[in-house]
Amino acid sequence: MMENTQTFEARMRELLSQESHSRYHRWRKLKDRLAKHGVAVGGISVIIAVVLIFFYLMAEVAPAFEGAELTPAGDYALSRGQEKPLHLAMDEYGEVGLRVDAGGMAQFFDATNGKLIKEHALVLPAGAAITSQAIAANDPQLLALGLSNGQVLLVKQDYKISYPNNTRVTTPELAFPYGEDPLAFDEAGRPLSRIAVQGDDAGLVLVGVVEGGKALIAKFSLQENLMTETTELAREEGSELELNGAADFVLLDGNARRLYLADKRGSLDFYTLAGAEPRLMERLDVHAQGRELSTVSFLLGSNSLMIGDSQGGISQWFPVRGEKGAMHMAHVRDFQLGTAPIVAIQPEARRKGFLAIDTAGKLGIFHATAERTLLRHELSAGALRALAISDRSHRLLIEDAKGQAHFFAVDNEHPELSWSALWGKVWYEGYDKPDYVYQSSASNNDFEPKFSLAPLTFGTMKAAFYAMLFAVPLALGAAMFTAYFMAPAMRTLVKPSIEIMGALPSVILGFLAGLWLAPFLERHMPGLFAFLLFLPLMLIGFGLGWQRLPVGLRSRVGAGWQGALVIPVVLLTAGLSFAFDQPIEDALFGGNMPAWLSNVAGIGYDQRNSLIVGIAMGFAVIPSIFSIAEDSVFSVPKSLVNGSLALGASPWQTMVRVILPTASPGIFSALMIGMGRAVGETMIVLMATGNTPIMEANIFEGLRTLSANIAVEMPESEVGSSHYRVLFLAALVLFMFTFTVNTLAELVRNRLRKKYGSL
Amino acid sequence: MTKRFFKDGEHWVWLNAGAVSLCLIMVVGLLVFIFARGAVHFWPHAIASVEVVDGEGQKQAYLGEIYDQGERYDSSNSKFYPQQLFKIGNRDVYGADFKWLDTAWVKKLDYPEDAAVLERREWGNFYGYILAVKEDGKRIATPDLAAQRAAAERLTARNRVLAEQIKDIEKDEIGRINYALEEERLRARAYEVRGEAVPAEVLADIEVRKTLLQQEYKALQKQLEALYGEAQRDEIYVRLADGSEKALPAHKLVHAFFPNSLSLPAKIQFFGAKLWEFLVEEPREANTEGGIFPAIFGTVLMVILMSLVVTPFGVLAAVYLREYATQGWITRTIRIAVNNLAGVPSIVYGVFGLGFFVYFLGGNIDQLFYPEVAPSPMFGTPGLMWASLTLALLTLPVVIVSTEEGLARIPKAIREGSLALGATKAETLWRTVLPMASPAMMTGLILAVARAAGEVAPLMLVGVVKLAPTLPLDANAPFLHLERKFMHLGFHIFDVGFQSPNVEAARPLVYATAFLLVLVIILLNLIAIQMRNRLREKYKSLEH
Repeated sequence: MMENTQTFEARMRELLSQESHSRYHRWRKLKDRLAKHGVAVGGISVIIAVVLIFFYLMAEVAPAFEGAELTPAGDYALSRGQEKPLHLAMDEYGEVGLRVDAGGMAQFFDATNGKLIKEHALVLPAGAAITSQAIAANDPQLLALGLSNGQVLLVKQDYKISYPNNTRVTTPELAFPYGEDPLAFDEAGRPLSRIAVQGDDAGLVLVGVVEGGKALIAKFSLQENLMTETTELAREEGSELELNGAADFVLLDGNARRLYLADKRGSLDFYTLAGAEPRLMERLDVHAQGRELSTVSFLLGSNSLMIGDSQGGISQWFPVRGEKGAMHMAHVRDFQLGTAPIVAIQPEARRKGFLAIDTAGKLGIFHATAERTLLRHELSAGALRALAISDRSHRLLIEDAKGQAHFFAVDNEHPELSWSALWGKVWYEGYDKPDYVYQSSASNNDFEPKFSLAPLTFGTMKAAFYAMLFAVPLALGAAMFTAYFMAPAMRTLVKPSIEIMGALPSVILGFLAGLWLAPFLERHMPGLFAFLLFLPLMLIGFGLGWQRLPVGLRSRVGAGWQGALVIPVVLLTAGLSFAFDQPIEDALFGGNMPAWLSNVAGIGYDQRNSLIVGIAMGFAVIPSIFSIAEDSVFSVPKSLVNGSLALGASPWQTMVRVILPTASPGIFSALMIGMGRAVGETMIVLMATGNTPIMEANIFEGLRTLSANIAVEMPESEVGSSHYRVLFLAALVLFMFTFTVNTLAELVRNRLRKKYGSL
Repeated sequence: MTKRFFKDGEHWVWLNAGAVSLCLIMVVGLLVFIFARGAVHFWPHAIASVEVVDGEGQKQAYLGEIYDQGERYDSSNSKFYPQQLFKIGNRDVYGADFKWLDTAWVKKLDYPEDAAVLERREWGNFYGYILAVKEDGKRIATPDLAAQRAAAERLTARNRVLAEQIKDIEKDEIGRINYALEEERLRARAYEVRGEAVPAEVLADIEVRKTLLQQEYKALQKQLEALYGEAQRDEIYVRLADGSEKALPAHKLVHAFFPNSLSLPAKIQFFGAKLWEFLVEEPREANTEGGIFPAIFGTVLMVILMSLVVTPFGVLAAVYLREYATQGWITRTIRIAVNNLAGVPSIVYGVFGLGFFVYFLGGNIDQLFYPEVAPSPMFGTPGLMWASLTLALLTLPVVIVSTEEGLARIPKAIREGSLALGATKAETLWRTVLPMASPAMMTGLILAVARAAGEVAPLMLVGVVKLAPTLPLDANAPFLHLERKFMHLGFHIFDVGFQSPNVEAARPLVYATAFLLVLVIILLNLIAIQMRNRLREKYKSLEH
């Protein structure tokens, strides 16, 4: 047919062009061509716009899974490169570097080219040398230097930022918040071979290792002297620990409550300083076979210990609460940089990522919680010895063993997102075991966002499941009856009314479910179950009774009007069920079913629960399923039906054996489309549940779905942040799921059409 | 006989019949329920005067509507006590609008003729008896119902006039001046952004205009003060149910009526008036009272804008797919894809709209065309235009599918006839095919409008707010402000029903809003179904 039209058209054109070249004809031809191209351009652009949705969502999600990228931004020799560095640091913007070396010189320099900005020779007492150094876990700007005479010098970096002419200028300075003179820590004057520090406005806690296998712990408080208007440190309390062998690594957490002492061979002592005296919580072995510890560092928040070993492995440990409530260290996960010993591990300042360098010139960027290795990069410089990263994690400074500095720009936007963090069980700090957690924000500052989509996907599926449980029997039953048993006059009324039901805005269903149905069912729960139980019995009973009526009476009601006949039956059953609701509740559930459920049966009960969602969303889904299923049942050829009936099958037998198999692809596609709608529905679940992201199949508890989560969190999400990308990913998941399901349904339906089109 | 019944599967048939009737009952029940609950909101309810002695022997007296029935569970003796919920109003006195009272406590309950309901601009309703009024400094006693009614009438009428004047000045006049001042600021800022100095004559001009506007503003301010002073002149003296007396500022009064003494026609008239007020007034008290006019206005305007976008593009795409594109697997794929887009969750469109339209397109438009408004965004923030575009995208499949169906139903003979007479393809389309398919396009558009009017989830992301200070359409050029945020009926339901501080008091209003929305959507759908059926009938005959 199509070809015919086309050849016909071509012939027409030919005739027209041969016949005349008058301007009128040319104008008409031009218009025709314009229309053709115009429509094509318009039509194709609409289709492109639609495809754009998919690609745009993909484009927004993609950066979340990219690894880190390094861009070299300068190599230069450090002016005192021959001296061993004790500490390397950068300001927040990665513009100014600070290097404190073993000779007691602190230098601020331009991080991009090494140009010296300021130099500050630290004043050490005569004859004293620096023997150890440490950074405070709660304040990375605070540096403590342990001296050979038992004293400690405390230095703080201070970056003053000013905006002359609207450009940012950073002025670095060294500050001495605890006094410019070294603080006498070990009164016996022994050299401090290792040191750890925690300090804030109120005071200071120091831990130092001295010869003889002893660790000293002392607490100082800052007191203001009103006479001289200066502050003074006063020693408050001190204690001493006998060490178990050497202590090569000493770490004190940010609250000065937990102390970790480890030696190279892998023995770790975990002390708590919460009581009056330090108490050993656990002594354990943290090293792997044949490996020595080479460095130990905290992660942000100073909960996790990152332990680097002599063969390039890094393992994460943190304290968890055991079965008896006692804290013990748990080995959480491992990372691998190379095979050479790890030299240093540097935590990131604002998230649970860290960087590591080794003696073979390898640099690694990792994220602990997401278990991601974002980058492994080998520098040609050979062995590395120090590194610093800006607070914004976008500039990186590495010093190699020859005193050469390497400066990089780092592009590492979303290290916290990974397949395992989004979909797997993740062991978060402070949790007893790995778990699926979704918690995108909290009130405290050092909070780590937890982006497991598993509870949300589970919630989505749970809501869809209960909705389908409610909708499928009703919708399919109604569809079969309407298409096959119902009188045509009644059908013309019923079909539009149920289709109208599909047009009801979901916000209205959600609002009724949340504000009316939820409290109603809380009071009348047994009534609902009684109704569900007795309705089928009443219907069948009514059917039986109806059959026993005299034929004269029965024939007054036309065939196919049963639907109308049973309306009073349904109403009566509902009325009776809810009327006897209180007696049932008194008899079986002690007068209050929700209370009985949670107290006696041990089943959690929320007022806005999955049952409410199931009913409300089922209500929304019924029309979608009904409409398509009804169409497919109705379009089964009459010849098949009549053949079956003529062979003596009852109408129902015909239905089950002949009609349903024939219509099954249509019914399948109806179910798929209903499922798609249930999965993506937003307002109903938003309003009818408590929106708690839990993974419980319990019908009496709430849930949070992907769609409701987007609706709740999207408006507050910062553009381009990891949270924003996670929400886009949720949208993409919804899009792909519904699109696949619908396409499947559509293909099946098309096949059905082809198959029975000929019958 | 029973055996036969089960063997033939008759019981299944009856169960199926039950399913149909349950569906029907749910649909009809839902509509009736919403209607009943919504309509109740406008009806003048009788005010009961109730005296109780509560469980501790305390005597209490209240005036209020009986609002709900319930039960109180006493865990000490595991017994239920029937209760009644009274809406006692007077939030400024009692702290809450509602009170549960055990039925057994009630010692006396009657409906006094002179119980008055005073609807106020703040603090919700007041239930009490009017004792006297102070007008122009004089205290006028109101001994009987007629005098009370007359006094209330006088005060409300006066308030209405004054409130109208105040609103005119505050909203329209001062709004206009603020808008003009902002325009002047932006004019100067535009030069700065371009890095140029503001030319002296422009600067002078701006200064002159600003001074003039400020003078105007001061004059209006004076006028306003005078009006406010005028408004605050009067007071009403009322007696509460427990006998205490109170003076209420009269200018906060919106309505005063005596529901117990209203006759049925008066009640019906009152009902109509309240309904009208609901449709045309602005909301008060964080949307829990007053009308919903801005929400209706916002919804309609958004839907109109959406239709303007979706109709041409949807029709164009359908015409391309059906009339021009080569029918092969590509077209088939596109058709399936378009069909399926109708099933993609609306929230996904919302996410797309926010990311692509608002942040990407809007952000770039701001940078290119409105650099002077920075740092506050103009189009780079959710607004009316983006909401309409997002919904246009959302409803595009509806229009395409419906139009295509219409085009497919037109018999080939008609097209061929037109071509045979020498018409070009474009002419055939324009003169015969499209006019015949227009009811199908109309159907698609109506369905799209019905869907858009009820959609809330995507709008929450791309431009709907709970309370918009200004309408997106006003008297300031360019009149239609596409960048403004707007209110929407569906979101109004969500917001008032779930996020308002006083959900219980706002509930009837939510039901009323829901009813209005349902009514509009059902009407639109019925029209669409009718048109579709008529179209089908019309072309059935042509196929032979």
